[in-house]
Amino acid sequence: MSFLEYRVKFVPTGLRKVLHLNWPLIVLVTAVSAVGWLALYSIAGGRLDVWAGRQMQVFALGAVLMFIIAFVPIWFWRNMSLIAYVVSILLLLVVEFFGVTGMGAQRWLDIGGFRLQPSEMAKITLVMMLAAYYDWLDVKKTSRLFWVLIPVVLTVIPTVLVLMQPNLGTALILLMIGGTVMLLAGVSWWYFGAVISAVGATIWAVMASRGTDWQLLHDYQFRRIDTFLDPTSDPLGAGYNIIQAQIALGSGGWGGKGFMQGTQSRLNFLPEKHTDFIFTTLGEEFGFVGVFSLLVLYGLILLFCYVSAMQNKDRFSVLLILGIAANFFFYLAVNLSMVMGLAPVVGIPLPFLSYGGSAMLVLLVAFGLIQSAHVHRPR
Amino acid sequence: MRRSPKETEDAARGTHRRALLLGGGMTAMFAVLGARMHYLSVDQADQFKLLAEENRISIRLIPPARGVIHDRNGKVLAGNEQNYRVVITREDAGDVDAVLAKLAHIIPLTADDLDRTAKEMNRTSPFAPITVADRLSWEDLSKVALNAPSLPGVSPEVGLSRQYPRDTDFAHVLGYVGPVSERDLEALDSPDPLLRIPKFQIGKIGVERWLEDQLRGRAGTRRIEVNAVGRVMRELEREEGDPGSDVRLTINADVQNFVQARLGDESAAAVVMDVTNGDLIAIVSSPSFDPNLFVRGISHTDYNGLMENDHRPLANKTVQGVYPPGSTFKMITALAALEAGMITVNTSVRCPGYLEFGGRRFHCWKRAGHGAVDLEKSLSESCDVYYYDIAQRVGIEKIAEMGKRFGLGIRHDLPMSAIAEGIMPNRAWKQERQQEDWRIGDTINASIGQGYVLTSPLQLAVMTARIATGRAVVPRLVRSVDGKEVPVEEAPSIGISEEILRKIRSGMYAVMNAERGTAKSSRIADEALLMAGKTGTSQVRNITAAERARGVISNDQLPWNRRDHALFVGYAPYTNPRYAVSVVVEHGGGGSTAAAPVGRDAILSALTGGIPPLSAYPSSQRNRIESMLEKLPLRDAEGRAPDSSRA
Repeated sequence: MSFLEYRVKFVPTGLRKVLHLNWPLIVLVTAVSAVGWLALYSIAGGRLDVWAGRQMQVFALGAVLMFIIAFVPIWFWRNMSLIAYVVSILLLLVVEFFGVTGMGAQRWLDIGGFRLQPSEMAKITLVMMLAAYYDWLDVKKTSRLFWVLIPVVLTVIPTVLVLMQPNLGTALILLMIGGTVMLLAGVSWWYFGAVISAVGATIWAVMASRGTDWQLLHDYQFRRIDTFLDPTSDPLGAGYNIIQAQIALGSGGWGGKGFMQGTQSRLNFLPEKHTDFIFTTLGEEFGFVGVFSLLVLYGLILLFCYVSAMQNKDRFSVLLILGIAANFFFYLAVNLSMVMGLAPVVGIPLPFLSYGGSAMLVLLVAFGLIQSAHVHRPR
Repeated sequence: MRRSPKETEDAARGTHRRALLLGGGMTAMFAVLGARMHYLSVDQADQFKLLAEENRISIRLIPPARGVIHDRNGKVLAGNEQNYRVVITREDAGDVDAVLAKLAHIIPLTADDLDRTAKEMNRTSPFAPITVADRLSWEDLSKVALNAPSLPGVSPEVGLSRQYPRDTDFAHVLGYVGPVSERDLEALDSPDPLLRIPKFQIGKIGVERWLEDQLRGRAGTRRIEVNAVGRVMRELEREEGDPGSDVRLTINADVQNFVQARLGDESAAAVVMDVTNGDLIAIVSSPSFDPNLFVRGISHTDYNGLMENDHRPLANKTVQGVYPPGSTFKMITALAALEAGMITVNTSVRCPGYLEFGGRRFHCWKRAGHGAVDLEKSLSESCDVYYYDIAQRVGIEKIAEMGKRFGLGIRHDLPMSAIAEGIMPNRAWKQERQQEDWRIGDTINASIGQGYVLTSPLQLAVMTARIATGRAVVPRLVRSVDGKEVPVEEAPSIGISEEILRKIRSGMYAVMNAERGTAKSSRIADEALLMAGKTGTSQVRNITAAERARGVISNDQLPWNRRDHALFVGYAPYTNPRYAVSVVVEHGGGGSTAAAPVGRDAILSALTGGIPPLSAYPSSQRNRIESMLEKLPLRDAEGRAPDSSRA
């Protein structure tokens, strides 16, 4: 156990906690969300009731949750980690058998009209679980094989379940989150080197086998990989989204076409323009300046997470904050790379901007955890 | 378990170190994203802006109104009629079947209409309007407009379509328009994009085709904003095109109508031409057809009916039809001989009823013979032997040359389809065509416009005009385009001495006015309008020696398609020529009975600009002519045919 308990007397109590919240982070998160409302308002052709209104409601609900979570001491959440993890795994199993099929993948649980995506939840509970595990684990054992295998298994279980949905994007992010927390916890570089080499070698072997006698995949599977890696080869099919997205971004120019003037989004050339591809609307309407400002806001959110983590001496808190920040970053990086045509298209929303209840709620809950860790940090 | 502070602090330090490393990675990623964004929206902005515009903006063409074709006096021959139609838009209609059922109660819809509508609906986007019924009456359209509230998605529309008010009169001159075919497109180097508009119509034959460029006009454009599925969001810009140029023809619609009616059901052609400037006043081919049928899309039954008719209504016989000119060719033979100095105007030839040459007898039409024949008599009584004789002296080369000088055997350029060149044979022609030497017998046949000689009615009219004026008159059909007169130069002299021409003309005058003239019964009595002419009867079969021995059978006893062609050429007034006429009645029998009366009526019609005055006819014929004129199915002032006005 950490040394958190015996310095509790310095931790603020009651409503005084409000003063010790990480307010810059709250403001930044609200600001980014507000940009999202603007974008959703614009995409709906100047209508609040289509997407923006509901997104604001979800944000309000999430904000309340965030504050509640922030007021609850971080050690309570640490103790809840295992339970939260087990619950999310169970939900993933449930969604596997009873989930609502959407976009060709089993993703949602319909709970009284509210769509819950257990895969979104799993990202946070995985971070909590791993942070709690390393908090519990004797630091000296961190790099021993057995104690390395346990977090690997903890990561692989939800990853496999999400992959079966099939949701490749989220599964990859789960893997990266697991790896990141393990890296931060101090697992020896050798393990990472070995895994990366093994994965690299496998990919190389598969690709190199193409066209030879010992080909490891079928031809159609290779072709699928081709279109996955280079969607522009299929401009009206798989490549349509990515090409139209780049046209939208590029046609914005320096200053953009102006609020509500984006032709690509307004005239429906952009698919998924309110969810995964929302960034393109911003690029089209606000141009390079607008998009760059948004990147700065995102960067500041990450920076404040880092600052908060650096101020914290509690191992669980540090791993939790950085794990969540890494999760946030992966979302961002994968989504933006995809939209800008740097990475293949995988279904990953843009945090705080894309329309969608589950992702928004889960993110706000995660930032509530960061606030809790911040408020209740050992002093 | 309690850890030593040092141990935890070491661990925390390690974590912080790795966190910073990770932070560095994140910063690098941000830099990459920022750079990529810069590349897209700053470096490549222009290209992407262009692509976005291309996505968004679509240019639609506005078809221009086709130019109107008028006759020489401004009567409309081809116009654009308002075409009322009803369209339905699937997404606005809701329950399409119910709406169509309701519509069928209001206006007559055939099962075919409904079938086609349903088929088209499956093919097109829900927001694309589909034509349910076309060419509705104004009443039906009003009914639809009145019931609009109960017909969601249905709207009445107005378009333009080609209409020929004087339908059959101008079918051969104007031709017709029809939908653009792949063949039409292939024929053009860079087809006007307008032609790709669905249902756009293009001139197929006749004036409509040959003046297509002037009549079509220039398309207007509509720049519209479309969304990803092609729905029109709004109009950004509209540029009206230019309507096609109006064209004024040289034809007088009333004369055309009169001549068409006068030819009746005969398979015939008549051309009336102004000898002073070449203007074609009437150019009529009979029987005719209704070009409006082709515009609307002709039914198989109608089309087959036209194709199977042995009078060939679809052929424009005035320029496409070629016939042996028969005796109407005799002026050319005479001119060739006179010009070559082989004979003089006073040269006399004895006609015993035949000419024997190389053991073969060439008969004159008058078996008893004409006795001594000079030039004038040879024309007025149409003696064949005279021409057999002089043709041998002058030879085919000079005759052919003279024929071409007078417009035979050459293609006159008019905006009409399939203009025939005819044949003006000579030695070289026969050698090339049949790999045979020219024989004197061929010259003898050619001298009376038989054998290889073939001419079109248009060429005969040109020949007559040139004889009447002594100038190389060129026919023309278009008087002005877009208000600008087509200039006519005064035709150059044909280069034949006036003395010779006068003699030929007086021979032609005698044909119609002398006591024994072959067309005496078709003469004009009015002193001011006296007419000169020449009849012709051309054989379409060879009369065998056996047949001749039995006695030549009269035409009436032969099947229609083996009877002789009747021809006539003429001009009037004799003293101051104004109009030339040529008439060919296929299998009509004798030129003097079947063709000359038509020629006289046609030229009188041209001289008075309408129905010939009875006063111009010899008094003995007036009763007969009057009752004949009364029975003609002439159009009224608006161009409506008598039977259609009754309907």
